[in-house]
Amino acid sequence: MPHTTAMPPPLVQASPETATALLRELVSILRESRTELREEWARRITESRLLMAMTREEIFAEATTVYDNYVAVLETGSVEALQAYARDLSERIIPRGVETQEVLGVVLLLRDVLARSLFKKYQLDFDLLNRVLDAYEPAANRIANTVAVGFVQERERIIRQQQEAIRELSTPVLRVRERLLILPIIGLIDPQRARQLTEQLLRGIRENRGKVAVMDITGVPSIDSAIANRLVQTVEAARLLGATVIVTGLSPEIAQTLVTIGVDLSKMNTVGDLQGGIELAERVLGYKVIPVEEVAARTH
Amino acid sequence: MAVPILKQRHHLIASIQSALSDQDLLGLRDDLARLVGQHRALGVIIDVTALDVLDSFATRTLRAIAYMTKLRGAETVIVGIQPDVATAMVQLGLTLEDVLTALDLEEGLALLDQRLEERHGSQ
Repeated sequence: MPHTTAMPPPLVQASPETATALLRELVSILRESRTELREEWARRITESRLLMAMTREEIFAEATTVYDNYVAVLETGSVEALQAYARDLSERIIPRGVETQEVLGVVLLLRDVLARSLFKKYQLDFDLLNRVLDAYEPAANRIANTVAVGFVQERERIIRQQQEAIRELSTPVLRVRERLLILPIIGLIDPQRARQLTEQLLRGIRENRGKVAVMDITGVPSIDSAIANRLVQTVEAARLLGATVIVTGLSPEIAQTLVTIGVDLSKMNTVGDLQGGIELAERVLGYKVIPVEEVAARTH
Repeated sequence: MAVPILKQRHHLIASIQSALSDQDLLGLRDDLARLVGQHRALGVIIDVTALDVLDSFATRTLRAIAYMTKLRGAETVIVGIQPDVATAMVQLGLTLEDVLTALDLEEGLALLDQRLEERHGSQ
C-alpha cells in the first residue's frame, strides 16, 4: 500500500485539496475495477429482484451507463449530465411500470457496492478509509438524490400531462349546424367535471351563438343526486343565456335512479337517443332534413 | 345612474350600462311600466351584458318587470346574461322562471318578433 506512509497525520476533516485528490484517486480506482464492480452491481440488482420489468441484458446496459455517469459525477462534481440521463432513463422505464422504490433501491445498491469496494481496498488503514469515505459519501448521496428526484419529477410531469389531456378530452362542445351544439359526455361525472361541463357549455353557447344544445349522456354509467342537480343547474344556466338544452341517452339505470331519488327533471327536455335529440333540435331551429330524391320528386 | 330606455319600432330597449343600485333598479321598473303604456310597446328588452353580478334583489326586480309589462301588454326578454353570472345565479337558485331570455340584443329582437307573429297568427 503506497498511501500508508505518504499520507499526513489523520485529520478530523479532509481539507478541500486533499478531498479533491482523494476523489481523483477514487475515480481512478473505480475506472480500474469498472468491469467487476459493474457486474457485481448488476448481480445484486437481479438478486434483490429489482427492475423485474427489464431483461438482464437491459439492466446490464443501463448499469454500465449509470456507472460511467456516476464516475463522471465523482470526477467533475457536475450533476447536469446525470440529471439529463436520469430524465431520459425515467422516460424510457416509466411506461414499463418501474416503481420509484426500485430506482432508488438500484442507485443505493450501487452506492453500497462502491463503498464495499473501498472498504476492501483501504481495510488496513482506517484513517485513510475514513477520509476517503468523507469525500465519497456526500458525492454519492448527491448522485442518489439527483437520480431519485429526476425520476419522481418525470413521473409527475407525465401525470400532469395526462391529467391535462383527460381534462381537455372530457367535455368537447361541438357545433353540428348553425346554432346547434352537441355535448357528448362519456364516463363518470364528478363534481369538478360537472362544473367544467357547465363552463364549457356556456362558453360554447356564447362563442357559437348556440340556440339549442343536445347533451348526450349515453356514455355515463351512473348518476347520483348531487350530479343530477348539477345537470339541472347547467340546463337552467344555459336557459338564462337564451339557449335550450335537450338531454338524450338516459340509460334505464339512470332513469330509475333519478325517479327513485326524486330529482325534479320537469325543467329538462329529454329525448331517448342522440338522433332523436338532434331531430328535435332541428325542428326547434326550423331545419328540415329531406332526402335528395324526395326533393327531386317534389320539384318535378 | 338611470338606465337609458330607447324605443325601436314597437319595442323598448333598456340597456344597462353599469352596476345598478337597488334604487336604480326600482327606477327602471317604474320607468318601464310607465313607458310601455305611453309608447304602446309590445316588447321590452333589458340588456344586462354589462353586469357582472345579478343578486337576488336584481333577479326579483327583473322578474317583477317581466310580469308587470305582461299585464300591460308587452313581453319582456332579458338578454346578455354572462356565463359566469348564469352559473352563479343557478347556484343561488335564482333562475328567472317564466321569464324569456336570449343570448344578445339581436336574438332578443328576433325572439320578440317571433312571439308577436305567433300571437297574431293565433288571433
